Amino acid sequence: MTNLEKYDKAFIDAFAVSEGDLPTLKYQDIAAWDSVGHMTLMANIEDAFDIMMEVEDIMDFSSYAHGKEILKANYEVDVEA
Amino acid sequence: MSYEELLTIEPFSLAQDKKNSLLLENLLSLTEFHRANCSAYEKITDAINFRAESVQGVEDLPFLPVRLFKEAELASIPKSEIFKTMTSSGTSGQRVSKIFLDKETSLNQQKTLIKIVTSLTGSARMPMIIIDSPSVLKNRQMFSARGAGILGFSIFGRKSIYALDDDMNLQVDKIAEFLAENAGKKIFLFGFTFMVWKYFYQVLREKNWKLDLSNAVMIHGGGWKKMIEQAVTPEEFRRALNEVCGLNEIFSYYGMVEQTGCIYPECEHGHLHASIFSDVIIRRVEDFSTCEIGERGVVQVVSMLPKSYPGHSLLTEDEGVLLGEDDCPCGRKGKYFQIIGRLANAELRGCSDTYAAEH
Repeated sequence: MTNLEKYDKAFIDAFAVSEGDLPTLKYQDIAAWDSVGHMTLMANIEDAFDIMMEVEDIMDFSSYAHGKEILKANYEVDVEA
Repeated sequence: MSYEELLTIEPFSLAQDKKNSLLLENLLSLTEFHRANCSAYEKITDAINFRAESVQGVEDLPFLPVRLFKEAELASIPKSEIFKTMTSSGTSGQRVSKIFLDKETSLNQQKTLIKIVTSLTGSARMPMIIIDSPSVLKNRQMFSARGAGILGFSIFGRKSIYALDDDMNLQVDKIAEFLAENAGKKIFLFGFTFMVWKYFYQVLREKNWKLDLSNAVMIHGGGWKKMIEQAVTPEEFRRALNEVCGLNEIFSYYGMVEQTGCIYPECEHGHLHASIFSDVIIRRVEDFSTCEIGERGVVQVVSMLPKSYPGHSLLTEDEGVLLGEDDCPCGRKGKYFQIIGRLANAELRGCSDTYAAEH
């Protein structure tokens, strides 16, 4: 699986959304991505890339797009690679 | 000072005189904000002839009885902006408090909690055992106090499990398995005091089950009132848990759903501490004048956090005593205090208490 596939799967598994909805998806946009769903998503992403995220980054993880930037800047995970 | 700026200050670093001017400025502007945005609050404060000019100190600000949130739906935001509602967990025949949150207040609650908790446990996230049942979070639009607490603290957990099943049975095998998977790592336990006592400690003791939690830290709170009724002191609580599972690091806290986020952690000397985000004022029951250090009275809580609802200054139904200011041997600045119990005749309310009453 590519990094992008892993990243997408983390969202799809957490929120049961379709791939097409992902690019514009933001925290609290859909009922499933609330604070409970957020922790599920974070656990999925940590598992997928075998990383441990900081509390600050979990708070900052506000959208599908911004999440990619956080992973790249702080965890050496390039989703687009 | 904006709330964003406040969040950059260490939570227990300000001496009381500095903190007082910060509190006064922010609480006064919150009072004006809520008067402008919540007509019920404006009426109440008009009825007591509130005048901003006559407020000299934090203790001069108006306060609402916490019970009012059960009797009225108070919000300072339009209905369309409400995105979560928190409730005190109510039992049949008991009204619940309803606290309306918008995104901003909800986010500030989480940020405040993070600042306070990381000052205790550090910022590393740990494998987490939630001493409660997953059913508490079934309704995701409306949280009880227990649900809100679990959610707020979950950010400190990396992979978490619930210790209890939907029928409140302790899943000791599941916990043992989780501990084995995370051997060598520090474990984080969170639960409401009474839940920990009744569904964790007492079950372990009765069944003589052993768990090794000597490398774990526990944070518990919210249900101590029931513990006082059962005559379990904080010392006894610590000793008992240490005996059944080797737990050494235990932090308790005082807090309430009406001011979620602003918790008052207990230090190693057994004192509860007010952070820079909030404060306590102890008042005499007879005339609501402020008590001296060491004098018992009813606890008022003020917090700079509540913006979506007028809950920034509340008179609780708890009895407490101010122990001192700025000079606790633990080094934390600001006020430190102790909670003695419930005021006589106050209606039984609160999170873990409620589960106790239901069962």
